[in-house]
Amino acid sequence: MYVPHTEKDKEEMLKAIGAASLEDLVKQVPSKFLWPEFDLPRESLDESQAAARLTELSKKNCRPLSFLGAGAYERYTPAAVKAITSRTEFLTAYTPYQPEASQGTLQAIYEFQSTVCALYGMDCANASMYDGASSFAEAVRAAVRITGRRKIVYAAGVHPQYMDTLRTYFAHSPEYTYAKVPMKDGVMDKAALPALLEGAACLAVQTPNFLGLIEDMDGVADAAKKAGALLVAAADPVSLGVLKTPGEYGADFAVGEGQSLGLPLAYGGPYLGLFSCKKEHVRQMPGRICGMTKDKDGKRGFVLTLQAREQHIRRDKAASNICSNEALCALAATVYTALLGPEGMRELAEANMGAAAHAAGRLSSIKGCSLKFKGPFFNEFVLAVPGSAAAMRERALGQGVDIGLPLAPLYPELGETLLVCATEARTEADIARLEKAVKEAI
Amino acid sequence: MICVSAIDNRLSVEKSDPGRRGLKIKNPLREKACLKPELRRKDRPKLPEMSEFDVIRHFTRLSRLNFSVDTHFYPLGSCTMKYNPRFNEEAAALEGFASLHPLAHDDCAQGTLELLHDLGSRLKELLGLDAITLQPAAGAHSEFTGLLLAKAYFESRGEERDEIIVPDSAHGTNPATASMMGFTTVNLASRPDGRLDLETLKKHLGPRTAVLMMTVPNTLGIFETQIEEICRAAHEAGALVYMDGANLNALIGMVKPGELGIDMMHLNFHKTFSTPHGGGGPGGGAIVCRKALAPFLPVPTVKKEGGRFVSDFGDGRSIGKVKSFFGNTGVLVKAYAYMLAHSVKEFGEIARCSIINANYVRALLQDLYPSYSKEYCMHECVLTPGPDLAAKGLKTLDVAKGLLDRGFHAPTVYFPLIVHEAIMIEPTETESKETLDEFVAAMREIHALGVSDPQALKDSPHTMPVKRLDEVLAARQPNLRW
Repeated sequence: MYVPHTEKDKEEMLKAIGAASLEDLVKQVPSKFLWPEFDLPRESLDESQAAARLTELSKKNCRPLSFLGAGAYERYTPAAVKAITSRTEFLTAYTPYQPEASQGTLQAIYEFQSTVCALYGMDCANASMYDGASSFAEAVRAAVRITGRRKIVYAAGVHPQYMDTLRTYFAHSPEYTYAKVPMKDGVMDKAALPALLEGAACLAVQTPNFLGLIEDMDGVADAAKKAGALLVAAADPVSLGVLKTPGEYGADFAVGEGQSLGLPLAYGGPYLGLFSCKKEHVRQMPGRICGMTKDKDGKRGFVLTLQAREQHIRRDKAASNICSNEALCALAATVYTALLGPEGMRELAEANMGAAAHAAGRLSSIKGCSLKFKGPFFNEFVLAVPGSAAAMRERALGQGVDIGLPLAPLYPELGETLLVCATEARTEADIARLEKAVKEAI
Repeated sequence: MICVSAIDNRLSVEKSDPGRRGLKIKNPLREKACLKPELRRKDRPKLPEMSEFDVIRHFTRLSRLNFSVDTHFYPLGSCTMKYNPRFNEEAAALEGFASLHPLAHDDCAQGTLELLHDLGSRLKELLGLDAITLQPAAGAHSEFTGLLLAKAYFESRGEERDEIIVPDSAHGTNPATASMMGFTTVNLASRPDGRLDLETLKKHLGPRTAVLMMTVPNTLGIFETQIEEICRAAHEAGALVYMDGANLNALIGMVKPGELGIDMMHLNFHKTFSTPHGGGGPGGGAIVCRKALAPFLPVPTVKKEGGRFVSDFGDGRSIGKVKSFFGNTGVLVKAYAYMLAHSVKEFGEIARCSIINANYVRALLQDLYPSYSKEYCMHECVLTPGPDLAAKGLKTLDVAKGLLDRGFHAPTVYFPLIVHEAIMIEPTETESKETLDEFVAAMREIHALGVSDPQALKDSPHTMPVKRLDEVLAARQPNLRW
């Protein structure tokens, strides 16, 4: 317990209040509700006991050599990132409602927004959303608001959990319809676009897509524009160290999962929703936005701005209900990218592509295994395997290697396949172990 | 607060030196994937080129421009800025938790699944409700989840209900969530004492009412004395009652919200359960609800089967996912660490001391800053600047800025909207009497300054890194990036 009051403190304070006891203060609560029985531990743990309990639990998680990706990527977090995010002036501050006392957080948000714009090649970005899935859903919502249309066209390679989240966001209304752009060789079949896009609010695409493949975005924005639809693009920010940016191929909204910018995997969160758009859509952006301004003396300063879109001002007319976002994760990503710089981001992206290419080469040489698709991929790929992928994964786990995600539950049409990811965190020796584990699991 | 050189008031990119490097990434495999030029980006991203030391110094400098709980008393009403125990941080950073991939096989995730299961069980008991999801990322995200549950519940019963009743004292997220979900918000005027008016409520309740959303205690820090009757009236109309749990700190360990008659509520782990706010997030949310709503909870939830913990994907009636993967698990580990550090009695002590602290501040200030409510408050109080300051043309904002100069973060200001010039103070239980005495002295000094030299207060803050900022300029000519 972290309460400082001694009995004497409480007595003195009650006296100053003019109350005889606490019971006086809570007379407004009907007494039958006060102090019920709880079936909970009578004793708390002291810190060393709690540490022992938590350490014991953490050790019950096993730690195989992992080749899982699928939207969350193992990456080394540099010590300098941890050093900054554990500074309690950042860690224990609130949302910067008092700008004069929050210039540190505000400037960091401004630099974060700028970083997102730089990576994605977009005009504006917000201060973050909950995760990639909620950024994706909010971008599609914005496209629906702007176009007034309710048909959502999406590529089959969009992360299935992004689509699940989107469907949940629109669950309140049966008027929304969905049309899937079919897959051809693991990427969207662009020939199908003109017909599908008729009357659509947006085309939502992810590249590299869920299967790791890089979509050819040439002409896609034009196809959308011709139909009066907006282009919503999701992309892993690390891939943008080398890949063509959403800005370059003409996206209206570009979103992504910022976890890959050096945040721990932590079983799914806290992650970081990246959200950016073209200038003309800035007032449809959800969430907080930081802007540069001047103080009374003309000195540079930062404030939260364009707040007329937000819930605390507009209430039921707000663009979104989001209030808390992922500010500390945004800070981590900003520090991470500042440490790497443009050259480091390119190196990082190329190291990922190299590791995955190496793993793909080794695994596809195993008898019975092959690459499912021929197209260029970023840091993960689909491996066709002989026999049950799920059973193979379980067998390999017994050897301490997680060989990847069986895709059959998500994409039954792909047959027995694994989604295998290798980031820069995987060494040549790791990949040799992967190869051995796959061989033995067949 | 440290004196900050104006010369150093630069963005990271303005400290950039082309060719300078911080971290390098070696490609250990020396394998180069070939990529067609048309798939490559043309421009280099405009990112800073700095050494690691430059980066550390830049961000360390920024950190020193902030107020935070560790450096300053932070009495933000409705935000529960209590001490964030260091132990929580250490727990979440344990390698076994931090490095677990969200798609790890259940067999590899037994520790985290057990933690989530135990956290959920304890919370259900603490709150007197039957089922829980830990998936929402924050309070507003929980509200969204709660209203989805209501929607699914009514659909399963073949009922069409499209209205959400929200009192005018509610947090802005309540009506924003309702409209995001396609509901119509019915705004309910509060009584002069800030409570809901049962008779007015009954007039608004009807076959179209889906949910009554209410904050308990409300945003004036007042308990809804008639809550049982309110819940009964809502239930008689066939509606559900949603409790916004932002103010749970006032009740924890003292009242089981489930016994009040509500159907579901949300938690903010970053408020009641001491996880840090991080300058605006990450938060952590949960919806705790009655059995009737349980089948609709987001998937997966965690259940125990034999001696093993497994992800449960439900029976197909779930609303689906509100977020990718499990939720903000890292935040939940911190909340669990906090849970372990409290017995039932100690949770009660949190409620007790948060109530004493708020009433103490209120009692020592209300001669100068009249309290909106004439009765004792729960965990927070709403004051106003009072006639002396008003006579000098001074506003709540001036009091807020005056506090910054005296080393205190400002309270929540201009909220709730039903109180003109509101100053909403929530000290939390972790602040000592001495800190509150200093805060009271600062508030009294501000009052004296306002009366003797109103312009000096209007010009405040004087000691911050910047003076009052031009928000109109920021909105008219948005400069949102380098």
